Amino acid sequence: MVQGGELKEGDTILKIEDIDMYFGKVAALAGVSLEVKKGEIHSIIGPNGAGKTVMMNCINGLYRPQKGNIYFKGENINHLSPHKRAELGIGRTFQKLELYGGMTVLDNIRMGSHIHLKSGILSGSMYVGKTKNEEIKEREFIEEEIIDLLEIESIRDHVAHMLPYGLQKRVELGRALALRPELILLDEPMAGLNLEEVEDMARFILDINEEERWRTTCVLVEHDMGVVMDISHNVLVLNFGNVIADGAPEEVGKKPEVVKAYLGEEDLYITRR
Amino acid sequence: MSEEMMEITEELTIPQLFLHQCKRYGSGKVAMREKEFGIWIPHTWQDYLDNVKYLCLGMVSLGLKKGDKVAMIGDNRPEGVWAEMAAMCAGAIPVWLFQDCMMEEVKYIIDHSDSRFFVGETQEEVDKALAIMPDCPKLQYVIWDDPKGMRRYHQEFLVSIKKVQELGKELEKKEPDLFENLIKDGHGGDVCLLFYTSGTTALPKGALLTHWNMLSMGRSLMSVDPCYDADDFVSYLPFAWIGEQMMSISCGLQIGYTLNFPEEPETAQHNIREIGPHVMFAAPRLYEGLTRQVQVKYLDSTWIKRKAYELATKIGYYVAELQFDKKPIAWHWKALKYFAHVIMQKKLKDHLGMSRLRHCYTGGAAMGPDHFRFFHALGVNLKQIYGQTEIAGISVVHRDGDIKFDTVGTPLPETEVKIREDGEIISKSPSVFIGYYKNEEATEKTLKDGWLFSGDTGFIDEDGHLVVFDRSKDVMVLNDDRPFAPQYLESRLKFSPYVQDAWVIGDKLPYVTAVMCIDYSVVGKWADENKINYTSYPELSQNKKVYDLIQKQIEQANKDLPEPARIRKFVNLFKAFDADDDELTRTSKLRRGFMGERYKNIVEFLYKDEDKVHLDMTITYEDGRTQRIKTDLLIQKIEEGE
Repeated sequence: MVQGGELKEGDTILKIEDIDMYFGKVAALAGVSLEVKKGEIHSIIGPNGAGKTVMMNCINGLYRPQKGNIYFKGENINHLSPHKRAELGIGRTFQKLELYGGMTVLDNIRMGSHIHLKSGILSGSMYVGKTKNEEIKEREFIEEEIIDLLEIESIRDHVAHMLPYGLQKRVELGRALALRPELILLDEPMAGLNLEEVEDMARFILDINEEERWRTTCVLVEHDMGVVMDISHNVLVLNFGNVIADGAPEEVGKKPEVVKAYLGEEDLYITRR
Repeated sequence: MSEEMMEITEELTIPQLFLHQCKRYGSGKVAMREKEFGIWIPHTWQDYLDNVKYLCLGMVSLGLKKGDKVAMIGDNRPEGVWAEMAAMCAGAIPVWLFQDCMMEEVKYIIDHSDSRFFVGETQEEVDKALAIMPDCPKLQYVIWDDPKGMRRYHQEFLVSIKKVQELGKELEKKEPDLFENLIKDGHGGDVCLLFYTSGTTALPKGALLTHWNMLSMGRSLMSVDPCYDADDFVSYLPFAWIGEQMMSISCGLQIGYTLNFPEEPETAQHNIREIGPHVMFAAPRLYEGLTRQVQVKYLDSTWIKRKAYELATKIGYYVAELQFDKKPIAWHWKALKYFAHVIMQKKLKDHLGMSRLRHCYTGGAAMGPDHFRFFHALGVNLKQIYGQTEIAGISVVHRDGDIKFDTVGTPLPETEVKIREDGEIISKSPSVFIGYYKNEEATEKTLKDGWLFSGDTGFIDEDGHLVVFDRSKDVMVLNDDRPFAPQYLESRLKFSPYVQDAWVIGDKLPYVTAVMCIDYSVVGKWADENKINYTSYPELSQNKKVYDLIQKQIEQANKDLPEPARIRKFVNLFKAFDADDDELTRTSKLRRGFMGERYKNIVEFLYKDEDKVHLDMTITYEDGRTQRIKTDLLIQKIEEGE
């Protein structure tokens, strides 16, 4: 495994080794391992309560697994708090929106990039020199790379909580991108969206994954099987905290235990096409 | 180069005028601005020239020849104007398509026009082009300008605008005089635009307009309402609409005012406010939308603001009425008008982006007198325009100080307008088009001895104003054999903020009925306030209380109408009318014939003793997907004497 430094396409960016996560006596994750390569979209699927979001929370540092190791770019991050992990380049969105409701879209996104502002309290209070340059550069980045990408020009000055759900989801993605993450954790980005919004969101995910400017590795938790099978490079299937399959979508889709645990339940998780 | 304005002659072409203006203003004046990444980015006339030059030469090096057609689609943006001008400079003929055109229409127009080049904006337009390519063998190149989403497209016939411009630069090195020679080569009588009209009845027809048509029209309009090169104009209505071409190309180029392009179609209203244009031209739908917006905001505001609004509006209406009647305004009314301006109108006009507006026009369809009065009461110089694509957009307009809201004004200079015995309006001017592309039959019907037969009926009143009744075939006959224009009643209904659209029925029928479309956001808000639960448009539209609300609006519109013209029954439709379902034209005119066919069921039941109609039909989404809808619609009767 590469220790630090710049990773190449296909190197392991995130490695999870045999983690256990218990809540009391309930095993949310039992001996789960996962390897995410740089540049891929790695999806995690499974029925409700399979442990998908718990897994996200473990990677991002909200939960500390009782056993096992998590490596990001070769470095063990077990002991790091969520904000330290964000500094390393792990961004995320949430299944249930976690925007700053009373702030504007632009301010929400700015918040995501706050970590990159280096000027001190003195120049910040007077908005001169370094702060000003930094702010302008930051705004340029947000406008050109995020607002333009996500097509949210018309709502940049709107208050986040006043927006329709689908747009809030987009803003949340925007805030995660403002961190300029190397790895982005997307927790059910399509949940609650209508067909058109799902298509838009799928396109944005492909954009941030494939566009030269971004090339961001994605870990995607999603229920919409149509989307997952279409855009993922690899799929990990969880069931009651256990990995039952991990591999290319077409192989995973054929495994009988996966079909039984998940894909078979057509009525529940019917694809939207 | 001469400093003066160029004289418009029959020989002059749009590219020649363009070249002259670019050299005249150079890099000292802004030709266009576009809001991008949250800021207004200016392009000078020199930038305009360079971009057009290289794009033109680039297309020439790809094989564009004089007389070729270049199809274009996309939002209003500088690249769109550059591409249009570049095609014209090469002697080719631009063909604009509405950006929300369905695939079938795109295919029909590209194939019928024999387009060899297609200029799109984003991946979306490129996808449209790719889908129709197999059916349009004449199409050779697809040019795009926004790289977003284009990373996986590697076909050889796909070329970016940047790449085309690079080819142009190479060609210029080899043949430095080519561009100016191409421009010199043109003649005012050559075709400069091929315009597909959004027919209310049949397949679109391609009207051929010459340089002289376009420029003479612009000259005539400017002689009535002069504009200045320091003016600002916001270009946000589709380029495929003649009205936008008229303002951005014919007038814009002659006067040299600055074109401003909004960031996105959704931000247009906000961007208009930032620019504060001096002149504006839009279809009635936009003004209806603005009126609705004001009425809703009024209901929403605080007590003191509502009172200020009511007072100012009262004064405004009174003074406007005096002006309409051409009566003198007494000094104290002038003082009150100023007061109204200070306490309310100034602010409201600023919010609507109308604070610097010298004159604004509405055209393309009829606008109700209520809307007209509303804007004049606000102190906005709104004028009616009448014309059609076939006469380069406009032939009749209101003059300042001589505005009658039930007329469309008097003919432009050099324009003759006559009424035939059967009431049809015919007109003659240098701007009358030269015929339809590949459609001799339609040309013969429309163009006789230089007169343009409009198909509209109307008359000329005692002041010489033209009154347009309606499309001849749309005029209804009431049960007492009187003629009646349904548009009049529809526009009265649309003055209510709760009504988005209405379709009035009653031709040769015992009484008049209407199919109503509620305004989802306004009625939705009203429902929230009245604690009415709903999940969707169909559900809200069928609520009994909403029916009662709409009935009140109809009763309001019924007032002062002769007995047989009053609406007796109505039904709320489960959706709004949409151009994607062919219910409206792309310029938002009702296609009555089609509607009668599509909603035959509803019409039948409106004239039966029923209180419900069952509907089973298919609707189309913008991307072409369809959905089958089965639903029951309530029919409500409006009793006499209520």
